[in-house]
Amino acid sequence: MSANIAEMERRRAAARLGGGQKRIDAQHAKGKLTARERLDVLLDEGSFEELDAYVEHDCVDFGMQDQKIPGDGVVTGSGTINGRLVYVFSQDFTVFGGSLSKRHAEKICKVMDKAMLAGAPVIGLNDSGGARIQEGVASLGGYADVFQKNVLASGVVPQISLIMGPCAGGAVYSPAMTDFIFMVKDSSYMFVTGPDVVKTVTNEVVTQEELGGAITHTTKSSVADLAFENDIEALLAARDFFDYLPENNRSGVPARPTSDPYDREDKSLDTLIPPNANQPYDMHELIRKTVDEGDFFEVQSAHAGNIICGFGRIEGRTIGIVANQPLVLAGVLDINSSKKAARFVRFCDAFEIPIVTFVDVPGFLPGTAQEYNGIIKHGAKLLFAYAEATVPKITVITRKAYGGAYDVMASKHLRGDLNYAWPTAEIAVMGAKGAVEIIFRSDIGDPEKIAERTKEYEDRFANPFVAAQRGYIDEVIYPHSTRRRIALGLRKLRNKSLENPWKKHDNIPL
Amino acid sequence: MFKKILIANRGEIACRVIKTARRMGIATVAVYSDADARAPFVQMADEAVHIGPSPASESYLIADKIIAACKATGAEAVHPGYGFLSERTSFAEALAKENIAFIGPPVNAIAAMGDKIESKKLAKEAGVNVVPGFVGEIRDTEHAVEISNEIGYPVMMKASAGGGGKGMRLAYDEKDVREGFESVKREGLNSFGDDRVFIEKFILNPRHIEIQILGDQHGNTLYLNERECSIQRRHQKVVEEAPSPFVTEKMRKAMGEQCVALAKAVGYYSAGTVELIVSGADPTGESFYFLEMNTRLQVEHPVTEAITGIDLVEQMIRVAAGEKLEMTQDDVKIDGWSIENRVYAEDPYRGFLPSTGRLTRYQPPVAGWTDDGAANGRRGVDGVRVDDGVYDGGEVSIFYDPMIAKLITWGKTRDEAADLQVAALDRFELEGLGHNIDFLSAIMQHPRFRSGELTTGFIAEEYPEGFHGAPTDENVTRALAAIAGFMASAEADRARRTDGQLGDRLDPPAKWQVTIGGTSHKVKLGHKHIKVDGDKVDIALEYTPGDRLVVAEIDDSELAVKVAKTRTGWRMTTRGAIHDVRVLPWHVAPLASHMIEKIPPDLSKFLICPMPGLLVALHVGEGDAVEAGQPLATVEAMKMENILRAEKSGVVKSVNAAQGDSLAVDAVILEME
Repeated sequence: MSANIAEMERRRAAARLGGGQKRIDAQHAKGKLTARERLDVLLDEGSFEELDAYVEHDCVDFGMQDQKIPGDGVVTGSGTINGRLVYVFSQDFTVFGGSLSKRHAEKICKVMDKAMLAGAPVIGLNDSGGARIQEGVASLGGYADVFQKNVLASGVVPQISLIMGPCAGGAVYSPAMTDFIFMVKDSSYMFVTGPDVVKTVTNEVVTQEELGGAITHTTKSSVADLAFENDIEALLAARDFFDYLPENNRSGVPARPTSDPYDREDKSLDTLIPPNANQPYDMHELIRKTVDEGDFFEVQSAHAGNIICGFGRIEGRTIGIVANQPLVLAGVLDINSSKKAARFVRFCDAFEIPIVTFVDVPGFLPGTAQEYNGIIKHGAKLLFAYAEATVPKITVITRKAYGGAYDVMASKHLRGDLNYAWPTAEIAVMGAKGAVEIIFRSDIGDPEKIAERTKEYEDRFANPFVAAQRGYIDEVIYPHSTRRRIALGLRKLRNKSLENPWKKHDNIPL
Repeated sequence: MFKKILIANRGEIACRVIKTARRMGIATVAVYSDADARAPFVQMADEAVHIGPSPASESYLIADKIIAACKATGAEAVHPGYGFLSERTSFAEALAKENIAFIGPPVNAIAAMGDKIESKKLAKEAGVNVVPGFVGEIRDTEHAVEISNEIGYPVMMKASAGGGGKGMRLAYDEKDVREGFESVKREGLNSFGDDRVFIEKFILNPRHIEIQILGDQHGNTLYLNERECSIQRRHQKVVEEAPSPFVTEKMRKAMGEQCVALAKAVGYYSAGTVELIVSGADPTGESFYFLEMNTRLQVEHPVTEAITGIDLVEQMIRVAAGEKLEMTQDDVKIDGWSIENRVYAEDPYRGFLPSTGRLTRYQPPVAGWTDDGAANGRRGVDGVRVDDGVYDGGEVSIFYDPMIAKLITWGKTRDEAADLQVAALDRFELEGLGHNIDFLSAIMQHPRFRSGELTTGFIAEEYPEGFHGAPTDENVTRALAAIAGFMASAEADRARRTDGQLGDRLDPPAKWQVTIGGTSHKVKLGHKHIKVDGDKVDIALEYTPGDRLVVAEIDDSELAVKVAKTRTGWRMTTRGAIHDVRVLPWHVAPLASHMIEKIPPDLSKFLICPMPGLLVALHVGEGDAVEAGQPLATVEAMKMENILRAEKSGVVKSVNAAQGDSLAVDAVILEME
């Protein structure tokens, strides 16, 4: 008996050591934690339960049969984050460079199956040199198996990827299909082909960091949502982030106690909108002053800053917030901001997270750059996402809501449940100046007349009441009452039930 | 008495005057510019009249508009506050012509004191000390020695045309004069082409002390003790107190009587202030000299009110209405000590750069005081008075003075008043723009401030390298560590109350590693105590997630800390310093040693266009020296103007774009050296 236990202990110890102390030291020297250390930071202390620690590869080519390390380069299992269940996998760079073998892939697929069965989120920690080349097509098959699981899990359980080392070639497509990607600056990168291939094929000289580092992907490409300074920061942030997420698409949003009163009034919001209509203001202030305790977890914060997306809570329950940001590009809708917000809205809808939309939008960005790159199709994504969403939708127009962008931003016409406007709201086809120049084209040569007409147009349309008279706005509210209005609205919408017609799936303009 | 008065001013002083007028049963009229349309003083006044665009030169400084407002509203008198029109004879005269009373001194007194040379002459004639010196041709070294002996040492020999420290020499005795006189002459000639030299008494350890004067129109003139305002930055007063730690009873009497003599000499009435320069090196206290007289209410008048119980605004109104002072010099006493700190919208961490914009959060430590007429009513709430004219969500505009508020404390002793300042500053919540709260707190705690050894060079001498936060003593650091650990546990505990728990609710971690200023502490939360690095900290506190101000009781005293959550801990601000505190669960702490400390890449050399837009203005050119926060360029995008500012001080190396250019995002507008 004791010999059996000793054998188990020996095998466990061997598994825990991964690729050995030398490789662990090398990992540390790069400022990276090991696969197991990362799980220690991510999960509640002592909550990790490992699966498949003794799995080994079955490759017999290129001398691989003599190199076997238990676990085969990935640590998998489950644990809790602040007491809530999560399934995890963490690639171990110290074992064959974290490369993906058939067995390695099978381990990942197994935790994903379990997560799907249990209705629990999956968090993947990626740190892998790529395919296990010695295994050839078996490794490629492994990738595809994981991809298939990602797709089936999408919209069923939340999937989060943390990129904490290399992630190149086909490997990128697994995280790419998860809901959110966090990256670590300087030590992680993602690309389809690396700098060497880029050089050979296109003669372009580019560093790994420039091509696919955390900054690149969180600013330019928008592949990743957030970039962090180091492993610990990324993992602790993932814990905070996880607290906002539902366990699955049927569980509803998590709730936690808060002492922030639902009817807290903030008088300072009454002066948020500057007296001068051309002066920007920071929409973050409204968000922070609306959500519980000022706690707002923004995603894609470095990309398409003209729209803000992120999670907050009202009365302890998660909400998704989408807001135009007048501080960046006047809050205009363009290709990037439409894509960013559309994906966020769809995530919220998939997981029953109510959506609160703050609107101050001057319209869509004009220009050839936008038209040539398909603003029509990309703008339609946001429109589509809002229109198909069946979760509670509460909209507050703070200032401008012009033209087609008014329609897009969770308007009444797209089944908005509660559409509020501040007294400063202007809901119109366009700004007064532009409108007058079209309606009174013949008067363009006469600045006095134009000024008069502009004033006339402003008096008529630069307010929320024209829309309110038609019922497009449910109520014009004091800015300081925004939180109370939203909280009450969410309470009343808690049992909202709305279904779209049956379909195999929709055909969102991709 | 007047039935209605108009306040020809804005901001805190307008609020201040309205409060007293209201108590006296006088209706008030505010005048305001565009920028002040939402300001509290406009709301507070019984009536408000819009007088024009935001620049003061188009509104508050236009006498005709004020007079028109008086006529329109039937105001019988005008209180000018300070600044703006308060010391303009033409304004006082114009009011007189319209038969509107001026709540201030007579025109001739304003005129007499408004002229620097004239006022000095008058002061001398009235028997007030002026800085001894010799203005005239000095023949040779012997003559210079003769003059210097007469003035008394030390003396300063200055080239008449000198400046910037050149052509100046200090002489402590006759020998210094003999050695130095010729060389000052030479320097003057070589540097400025002018070898004339003048000699003046050099004031060692100069202190700025001023006497508050109050007179009526019936020949009664009193002095309401002194105020010391030595702590200044670039001639801008920062801290004021009354009484002065330097002034003795005898000195007070001598100064007061001289200043009253001067006031009488010019027929002064209403409130006024005689500013004196005092040598802190002369223990007899006899070395005080006239600088100038301010013929108005001073910004720092509340400290005088706090120690004398006299409402200066009320007295000004009564005097203007022709009433006699009801008190005599013997009634003017000193009760306790009062200190005023000026909270400015300028950032001491960035070279005191002025800051304007929206106050996204404004929570002064106490609510505004109400004037109930009691003598100590002007000591605020429990000895803390805030005079302000801003509000939560208000704006500090670019058009006016950057002062946000005045924080005035009163205590039985100087230390008590200073301690109250520290405690109140810790509780002063102000966000959205740069401010000097930490700097003020640092001064209040400074041992030299506490010792009373002040000079006008205090800030320059104590902060030669600028300000980087007040030093934090070990006890405060330990308290911060304990608070951070406590908050982390409270947050973790709450997170574990989220529904959907897999099992029984988990206990939050009780052991944390708290890193403050590069030093890590082990914080262990016990059942009823907190241990920091193994030692019990005697601390009691409450924290509810979301709190922004934590007040801990430590060893019978209170420590108030402003807290803001960060990714890995808290930003904690207290006692004049900001601490970025990292808090890690104990089991994670050892792993932190593997993290590589990163030096952020230096992008601050480039001004990068953050959005595609039109470059509507370039505010600097090649070779210009710029300070951190200074506007460099304005980019218009979607009809909105965005001001791009310098991230740090430096010199502009090259400008890569021109006004009118359409810029792409990330375009380099200019490069710094």
